[in-house]
Amino acid sequence: MSIGTLAPPLEAAALARPAQGSRVWRKLVRNPATLAGAIILVIVIGAAVFAPWVAPQDPTRQSLIRRFIPPVWAEGGKAVHVLGTDQVGRDILSRIIYGARVSLLVGVSAVAVSLTVGVTLGLLAGFLHGRVDTVITTVVDVWLSFPQLLLALAFVAALGPSLTTIIVVLGFTGWERYTRVVRAEVLALREKDFVEAARAMGASAARTIMRHLLPNTFSSIIVLSTLQVAQAILQEAALSFLGVGTGSAYPTWGQMIALGRDFVSVAWWLPTFPGLAILLTVLAINLVGDRLRDALDPRIG
Amino acid sequence: MLTLLIRRVVRLAVVLVGVTLITFSILHVSGDPVSLIMPEAPEADRAALRVAMGFNDPLPLQFTRFLANTVRGNFGNSFFHRAPALPLVLERMPTTLLLSICAMALSLALAIPLGIITAIRRASLLDWGATLIVFLGTSMPVFWTGIMLILLFAVQLRVLPVSGWESWAALVLPTITLATFSTPLLLRIVRSSMLEVINLDYVRTARAKGVSEWFVICRHALINAALPLVTVAGLQFGLLLTGAIITETVFAVPGMGRLIVGAIRQLDFPIVQAGVFVFAMIIVVVNFTVDLLYIYLNPQIRVR
Repeated sequence: MSIGTLAPPLEAAALARPAQGSRVWRKLVRNPATLAGAIILVIVIGAAVFAPWVAPQDPTRQSLIRRFIPPVWAEGGKAVHVLGTDQVGRDILSRIIYGARVSLLVGVSAVAVSLTVGVTLGLLAGFLHGRVDTVITTVVDVWLSFPQLLLALAFVAALGPSLTTIIVVLGFTGWERYTRVVRAEVLALREKDFVEAARAMGASAARTIMRHLLPNTFSSIIVLSTLQVAQAILQEAALSFLGVGTGSAYPTWGQMIALGRDFVSVAWWLPTFPGLAILLTVLAINLVGDRLRDALDPRIG
Repeated sequence: MLTLLIRRVVRLAVVLVGVTLITFSILHVSGDPVSLIMPEAPEADRAALRVAMGFNDPLPLQFTRFLANTVRGNFGNSFFHRAPALPLVLERMPTTLLLSICAMALSLALAIPLGIITAIRRASLLDWGATLIVFLGTSMPVFWTGIMLILLFAVQLRVLPVSGWESWAALVLPTITLATFSTPLLLRIVRSSMLEVINLDYVRTARAKGVSEWFVICRHALINAALPLVTVAGLQFGLLLTGAIITETVFAVPGMGRLIVGAIRQLDFPIVQAGVFVFAMIIVVVNFTVDLLYIYLNPQIRVR
């Protein structure tokens, strides 16, 4: 089943790859929930990329006479504002569409940071063993002792809220999962024949790591990072909600909910729709990620 | 077993120093703590503060001083409340723990039976429903769940208070909010740990010798599924606290989380540092207890 445990020599792995790729793909699309997740994801990504063309209104345009217009199907709703307007008359649907940009950008970039830090440390800990391993495992232990969001909150406040800060801080609070998984896999792999053979043939440490160890951890890394994108989106929304957002001109989903919360008794649609946007996006990623896990690697999680 | 215990205690000490280092670095990560504490002050005042707080000393010296103060429980005075930071945090701890424990209890009461049933009746309608709950629960932002519950119970139905902490009724919505966050996590663990043991030989043997199904599940399967459950539930405790911080903010619950979030907005760093440290301490203590419990529960280690 799992390519990690079998650990085939590279040539065999390369030969097996196309067949395995199509098998993974078939497993992915056969499930209706996964398919629904994939469709939602495509829509969200499309909305984010083409926001200026898809959004019906300017997300920042305020209008005092258009405040608190309910969604189109409710009494008093207007067709130009499908999901209604907020307390200063901005179009909610347009703000949600623009908000997808921040959410996805932060989600994907934070994961890229975590991935780089976490995988590097995991490879080093697993391959070098001994003292390096002890140090890295201790750092992971320390990291696991903090509520991640609280740490992120404190550091974002200390560094000053901005898009870059949020990405870096979320990236640096979520790396340890990669280190743990990659380290465990490398520890198991380094005793395998094909790794010893490579070493015996004079492959350098760097080459052994890059050519033989790293590729065999890919399936776990793909699954972990997909699921982390979902968590990073939730964390970004929570940071925005708690008041240390990106500080950018763009609206974010978390910020919209935070502002809408004060008006929940007069305008229920203010916090409801941005929250649904988060829920659907994160759900879609989780559905796809979970299926990826089943298809690629049944061992983790 | 004794060497194992000693090693655990040594690791605990090292982790505590690490936790202190991270807490220390909150104020120093930007490079200039003074401009964080008084962003708009004239240069003379800044220089005076730098001397008073010892910010001109080399960082290792500052850290040693911070470490010594931390051991004594001294995080300095809150800029806003003008009182020592640590007692301010600690006096709000019972509230946060009460909320977390209520939510944890509700989650366990739901997750354990549901997890067992869905593990036994795999691919049933109930199993399908539980999977749906897990996916929805892990994809919902906690603060949004809270606001939606306010919308439903406090604004539409008017049966429960919107916020505050004056009566027992005020505890209901925050507990449910936090439980919607933690139940799916636990349910998933209970189900998968049960699945791991339910088809093992000894469970089959117990069935074969005619023991009743419930006895098999409780006496044989659940006890053995408890080991991974305890470990993972301990690891998830940090997540539960994160949820509590957000829940407190949504419902204006006067706990540690709300205090710290407020302090972060006001750049009241003694409170932030004391708060982060206390939260980390809770997690460290929980993890350490889980470690010991694991050693105790695992006969393979205990016997040695």
